[in-house]
Amino acid sequence: MLKFLAKRLTATVVVIGLISISVFLIFSYLPMDPAALTCGKACNPVVIAANRHRLGLDVSVPVQYGRFVKGLFVDRTWGEGAAKFSCPAPGFGYSFNRHECVTQLIKEAFPVTFSLAIGSFILWMLLGISFGIVAARKQGKWQDKAATAFVVAGVSLPVFVTALLTLLAASKLGLVNPIEFGRWVSPFTDPIGWLKTFYLPWIVLALFSSASYTRFTRSNVIETSSEDYIRTARAKGLSEKVILRKHTLRAALAPLLTLAGIDFAVLLGGAIFTETIFNLPGLGRLSINAVLTDYDLPVILATTMLAATLVVVMNLIVDVLYAYLDPRVRVG
Amino acid sequence: MKPFLEVKNLFVSFPTEDGVVRASDDISFSVSRGETLAVVGESGSGKSVTTLAVMGLHNRKRTNISGHAILNLPTGPVDTISAPEETVRKLRGKSMAMIFQDPMSALHPYYSIGNQITEAWSLYNDGSKADGTKRAIELLDLVGIPGAAKRVEEYPHQFSGGMRQRVMIAMALVNNPSLLIADEPTTALDVTIQSQILQLLRDMQKEFNMAVVLITHDLGVVAEVADRVCVMYAGKIVEQAKIDELYYRPDHPYTLGLLNSIPRVDRGGDQRLQAIPGQPPSLISLPQGCSFRPRCAHSKLVPNNRCATDVPELYEKTEAHGSRCHLTESQLVQIRTSAGGHS
Repeated sequence: MLKFLAKRLTATVVVIGLISISVFLIFSYLPMDPAALTCGKACNPVVIAANRHRLGLDVSVPVQYGRFVKGLFVDRTWGEGAAKFSCPAPGFGYSFNRHECVTQLIKEAFPVTFSLAIGSFILWMLLGISFGIVAARKQGKWQDKAATAFVVAGVSLPVFVTALLTLLAASKLGLVNPIEFGRWVSPFTDPIGWLKTFYLPWIVLALFSSASYTRFTRSNVIETSSEDYIRTARAKGLSEKVILRKHTLRAALAPLLTLAGIDFAVLLGGAIFTETIFNLPGLGRLSINAVLTDYDLPVILATTMLAATLVVVMNLIVDVLYAYLDPRVRVG
Repeated sequence: MKPFLEVKNLFVSFPTEDGVVRASDDISFSVSRGETLAVVGESGSGKSVTTLAVMGLHNRKRTNISGHAILNLPTGPVDTISAPEETVRKLRGKSMAMIFQDPMSALHPYYSIGNQITEAWSLYNDGSKADGTKRAIELLDLVGIPGAAKRVEEYPHQFSGGMRQRVMIAMALVNNPSLLIADEPTTALDVTIQSQILQLLRDMQKEFNMAVVLITHDLGVVAEVADRVCVMYAGKIVEQAKIDELYYRPDHPYTLGLLNSIPRVDRGGDQRLQAIPGQPPSLISLPQGCSFRPRCAHSKLVPNNRCATDVPELYEKTEAHGSRCHLTESQLVQIRTSAGGHS
């Protein structure tokens, strides 16, 4: 198990390194010049050159990358004299549009996205798995047909449609005031406020994702139910309840873990539509603003890398958990 | 003493979109404790369906079952076909147990074998997990798994095929069942392992004084272990006899065909194996008359084309030997003699 872990960890580090290089390269060769963009009103070539030097863009790309990596581990300083500023490690760079260290921006945005992700994840897993089990047990009955209708609706309605409709319905019903909607409140200082902020986006995201989990659970439960070892369990004299709980679900839901891990990681990288519509200051909105309005390269670089890293790390966690769940995967 | 299991006029059919599949058609047999009944037939002849019905393992909503499968328990007879599902469930594992063809897929891949055996034990026994594990080790030892105390924590994929079947047997025996149904227990195993498993089944039968129903398509297996044999074809029992009777005086052309298709060392290696021509009929649309007629070499001997019109009744020549065939005894003697070997 240790050997397996060491191997997977090494692979993870290598993959993250490769991701960071490719992301960095893509942004280095985009036909935009951050030095000109941050130039201001009285812009002339001298200022642009000075800016370029200040931003650290006047050196070769590999050196820029080297500095970026170094900045992850030690404090990094830009500019000289009075214009000098620095970001403490781990630093993902400095946003010249917002005049803040990128790490600080992410630190502020991450709890929002995490709150959104964890709530909707729990909700969609509960909904998806229980609908799926019911549909499988009542195969062909009205419960199954209702679940299928739910699946079709869930996967075919885009999040921005359900989000807007939900928001509209909730404000018509007087459940929320759209104007004051979307303030970040910490669950530790104001748990009720936190719930109020997040329950609608949770429902929206959960409706969308639980549809495919319903489908997946349903087919897995049906498939597992016809396995020989389920017949063995029945031949032993176990009750249908125990067979479902202990024998069928264990085997039927284990493959769901891979899907769930990746989906959760993707969600942690930011839910652009949901965050934008519900006005939540999370990672998704941070990155879409950086792209659309500010062209804030360091922020885009950081959020992209973060999202990719989350997926890779979650993959590792899923693999370890899977080995725990399925003894056949355990090695050495 | 009454036989432990009495199956009487058992019918099992499955309604499908293409029609009704008549998988078991008027099956009657019985088996006593200490006795082994072999049920022989090709794939799809209804062997497994019949025994699964006895175990109550068919989905009652999707299967039409009628007839009786009576277990003569010390507390009185119970008909597993008509008894409530919950009653039948509580007989499974305790009064009747079953082992299956492919021990790899019949064991849950995610649980250790100790866990799976203990689970069966704790259904009918009070006691701690440690007691269950102790019993599991005892059983694993009994079925000949070396290092049982250590291997009890291992998972099915860590065992070889033969060892896995031993695990299945240990699991089936953990509650001292009175009836053991073995559904092709050696089919998925290689030949050397096969005879070990058969030997083990025989030993276990003595040890537990069980009634054993052995489903197989291998007449070699039958000769090794069975006391009596039922030959099934297209959902019906076509011949039923004591083992010696069946081998030396087979009364049904199908049985004869099966016996002739066994390779024999005493006949010289250059002789071709005799196969029964054709395929077994579809259980949805059985031929009129005798189901075996299209493949039978001797149906022309029967006058008036009766084989094509009348379903032969199970004719009981003696109490212990019956067959479904229109041929007369003298015709059969002739056929047996000309086939050679079976006089």
